[in-house]
Amino acid sequence: MSASIEKGINAFKRQVDSSVAAFFSSCVHCGLCAEACLFYTETGDPKRTPINKTEPLRRIWKSEFTLMGRLGKMVGLTKKVDDALLAEWQELVYDSCTLCGRCSMVCPVGNDIALMIRKTREGMAAAGQAPEGLIGATNRSVTIGSPMGVKWPALRAQIKHVEEDTGLTIPVDIEDVDYMLLLSSMEIMNFPEFIEAVAKIFDKAGVTWTISSEAFEATNSGIQIGVSDIAAELVQRIVDVADKLRVKTVISPECGHAYMAIRWDGPNLVGKPFNFKVRHILEVLDELRKDGRLKLSGKETQKLTYHDPCQISRRGGVIDEPRRLIDMFAEDFVEMPDGGKMNWCCGAGGGVSANERADEIRLKVFDRKKAQLEAIRPDGIISACSNCRIHLEDGLEEHNMDIPLLSLTETIAEHLAED
Amino acid sequence: MTEIELLSWARGPGLQIATIIFVAGVVIRVVEILLLGRKANLAEAKGGEMANGMKTMITRTVPDRTTFKRSSVTIVSGYAFHIGLFVVCFLSAPHILFLKDIIGFGWPAAPTAVIDAFAVITIIAMLVTLVNRLTNRVMRYLTNFEDLLTWFVTFLPVVTGYIAFHRIGMTAPTLLAVHILSVELLLVVFPFTKLMHAFTLFIARWYNGAISGYRGVAS
Repeated sequence: MSASIEKGINAFKRQVDSSVAAFFSSCVHCGLCAEACLFYTETGDPKRTPINKTEPLRRIWKSEFTLMGRLGKMVGLTKKVDDALLAEWQELVYDSCTLCGRCSMVCPVGNDIALMIRKTREGMAAAGQAPEGLIGATNRSVTIGSPMGVKWPALRAQIKHVEEDTGLTIPVDIEDVDYMLLLSSMEIMNFPEFIEAVAKIFDKAGVTWTISSEAFEATNSGIQIGVSDIAAELVQRIVDVADKLRVKTVISPECGHAYMAIRWDGPNLVGKPFNFKVRHILEVLDELRKDGRLKLSGKETQKLTYHDPCQISRRGGVIDEPRRLIDMFAEDFVEMPDGGKMNWCCGAGGGVSANERADEIRLKVFDRKKAQLEAIRPDGIISACSNCRIHLEDGLEEHNMDIPLLSLTETIAEHLAED
Repeated sequence: MTEIELLSWARGPGLQIATIIFVAGVVIRVVEILLLGRKANLAEAKGGEMANGMKTMITRTVPDRTTFKRSSVTIVSGYAFHIGLFVVCFLSAPHILFLKDIIGFGWPAAPTAVIDAFAVITIIAMLVTLVNRLTNRVMRYLTNFEDLLTWFVTFLPVVTGYIAFHRIGMTAPTLLAVHILSVELLLVVFPFTKLMHAFTLFIARWYNGAISGYRGVAS
């Protein structure tokens, strides 16, 4: 047995808890999860059935954590986890799953299959069986601080542009403020309008806030590749700075997995509760709306829909907030079929977009989103995740569909009421 | 061994052995799950774990509309045979009398014609699930020996019960002995296979609902 497979097996073992054991004990092989997964519905390949993606973890659970499995192991009856199995499963666990969690919502016995796949990735990564693209992104996150290699000078330059354009000062490294804004590399490089939008909204609302020059990156490749140690290190950087600046709330930007990483996984990764709150930008805006500090003017008359980013809606719990915010400016809002907590994934989350090997299947499974959009034919799509946004634009372009993508935060900023 | 001796063994020692294996097996399986434990969630909660976990234990029984449309054969046949099994197991007069002897109390039985109809529905539904399992692309891929074994040991008591009730082929004691032995086979196989889902699905659903509920999502 190679050293890496041994590491992998130990990592698999560490992932088994009472929830995983209950899940595996309950699976009846009904196959319903396949029909909830766009990687199956759009390819028709039964290998991509969600529960099948957890096979390596299942084998470890069975042989190490059940009486029958342990007895079977003694007489050599259990199925082994080896390099060949993990190599074969890489494509299923990483390329064919965005951890969107739709399967977890339909499993009749209640298995949280997305969680099981997330845990399977821990063993895969420890055994050295992760895609090159994700390994590269993770290494850059650790060494440079960003999966796309974005350093502080790049953000500082973008901030300078925004300050010139708006005449507003973007607060940097300010202590004792209410909010510390995190950003995704994607926003810094492709959508600096987001920073501008937040600056304008917070200026109007009289919010005290800051960006940290030391820890501004919200994304976390560690949770995508499935290496908890690295994920914890990336979270700890934010925790240290938030504590140093004594901020009350850390804001997760328009990025799905970043929210999962800092809001729901963060304290569990670093092993203690945070001294500050974590909120998604949409939760913050909705709070401002509720307090009467967010006033908008003018209405969008075009037909708009909202694409729920999986980690923000179904896996994150921010479902009603965007709809209340959209209601402030949209006259003609339509839900996609299955919109809300059952929305279909764009196909690029969970590290799929960072994994070049998955480019082809990523665009193939976009057909599900295309079908959703064709059912309502919107004039514009609002979303709150820059990764979804980039991929949706890619997919729409591929199919010559001319539907603009809008950021919810940016659209709100455009509608800010003048004093 | 005469047929009466066979029936006596099935009703006596056979049933005792099978029941002991069933109860001990189920307890071991449930305990080995729960003893693993789960780390406390350190993130600030947005909703309740307990209430949503309990809710999901019930609500997950009903599929969402899109899933129903996409997997209607699996869902309808699954529902039909589960409901059918429940009715013929727990609402037929001979079964209630049999259980009353063991647990000391009974409950009203459904009319014979109803039980008969449900037995036929169960048999048909189980045959549909088998054909579905062998022809549906996903299910065929997932199916292993255990899936077929558990189907068989569940199907057997229904068929032997139906035959025993209608006294087809053999004499009554033999038919009854065969029926009871088939139930004992089911009891013995139960704890060591996916049949355990009858118990563990409530734990699984609770965890699912609790995980989502904590984040403020109704699952």
